[in-house]
Amino acid sequence: MAATVVTVTSGKGGVGKTTVTANLSVALAMLGQRVIAVDTDIGLRNLDVVMGLENRIVYDLVDAVEGRCRLRQAFIRDKRLSELYLLPAAQTRDKSAVNPEQMIKLCNQLRPEFDFVFIDSPAGIEQGYRNAVAPADRVLIVTTPEVSAVRDADRIVGLVEAEDKGPAKLIINRLNPAMVRREEMLSTVDVVEILAIDLIGVIPEDPAVIVSTNRGSPVSLDGRSPSGQAFRNIAGRLMGQDIPIMPIKESANVLDRLSRFLRG
Amino acid sequence: MRFLDRLFQRREPTSRQVAKDRLQLVLVHDRVNISPAMLDTMKDEMIKVISKYVEIDPDGVEVTFAQSKRQSRLTADIPVVGPVRRQHTKGSGRERAVRSQAEAGGDG
Repeated sequence: MAATVVTVTSGKGGVGKTTVTANLSVALAMLGQRVIAVDTDIGLRNLDVVMGLENRIVYDLVDAVEGRCRLRQAFIRDKRLSELYLLPAAQTRDKSAVNPEQMIKLCNQLRPEFDFVFIDSPAGIEQGYRNAVAPADRVLIVTTPEVSAVRDADRIVGLVEAEDKGPAKLIINRLNPAMVRREEMLSTVDVVEILAIDLIGVIPEDPAVIVSTNRGSPVSLDGRSPSGQAFRNIAGRLMGQDIPIMPIKESANVLDRLSRFLRG
Repeated sequence: MRFLDRLFQRREPTSRQVAKDRLQLVLVHDRVNISPAMLDTMKDEMIKVISKYVEIDPDGVEVTFAQSKRQSRLTADIPVVGPVRRQHTKGSGRERAVRSQAEAGGDG
């Protein structure tokens, strides 16, 4: 069966595209899927460090596209999950090193070997974005509940609509339920209403993401963290499972409750 | 502070609501790629053209973009005074126009 090519993009930088790509790739591999995560952020590669595979890189995406190695030689096999691979970006080149046609051709070579090909897009709406979106069957747009991120996500929604790729799905990252309750942050409903696209998942703000990134061990592998659970739920939805999107619970320790009581 | 606010029943719009309102306004203009200033220019030209045929109250004209899902709709609300030119001032109309300009210009 041919792979589904899923591109993760956002417009704005720093909203969590790479974290989302790494974690959905891991979560799908945990569900027994054959997955490859492709980093198209040429010149600013990071998917390798987030996945903890930075020490194994010999060849990269540009080497494979330009024929300096066979495609398989550029694959890096994950340490933990045998069905998970990374295709790293080149670090010493720039976005113009590959073009959208080459990306389509590359993904067509990957399709027979995998169930999912995940593409981590660079920030922006220029060539790097076009390279990432050209081969996509599905597009996931990541935003955070902040005005700048939502505004940029809206640009991407418009661009993807014009591409004729089918409707993009939305991931809201770093939602802080306590701030939403205090009306200090846009809610899930607000963001969905403003962008008017379908939601596929909400990731709570979670210190475990930073800790897991420090270690190079994506949080999806952590059975207890709320963000890991949210990523595994999105992975299930990508496989067609009917998993309802639940409201995110607040962490409720005594201090939080006390401050909640005092602040109203 | 919030405790005091609650005590004295102070009601300011929440930052969530402010964020939502600002986003909705800025996205209306982003999506059609027309700035609030350009919308004003367009409004002035519309007033000129329509005034050739019917007499309208230029201060009462409101031209706005409305959104339904991702569809944009240009709405013009133009008070018609009548076929004959009359000496006429409309305070409320002028206030409304000023208000709508201020809103449209808020985020340009």
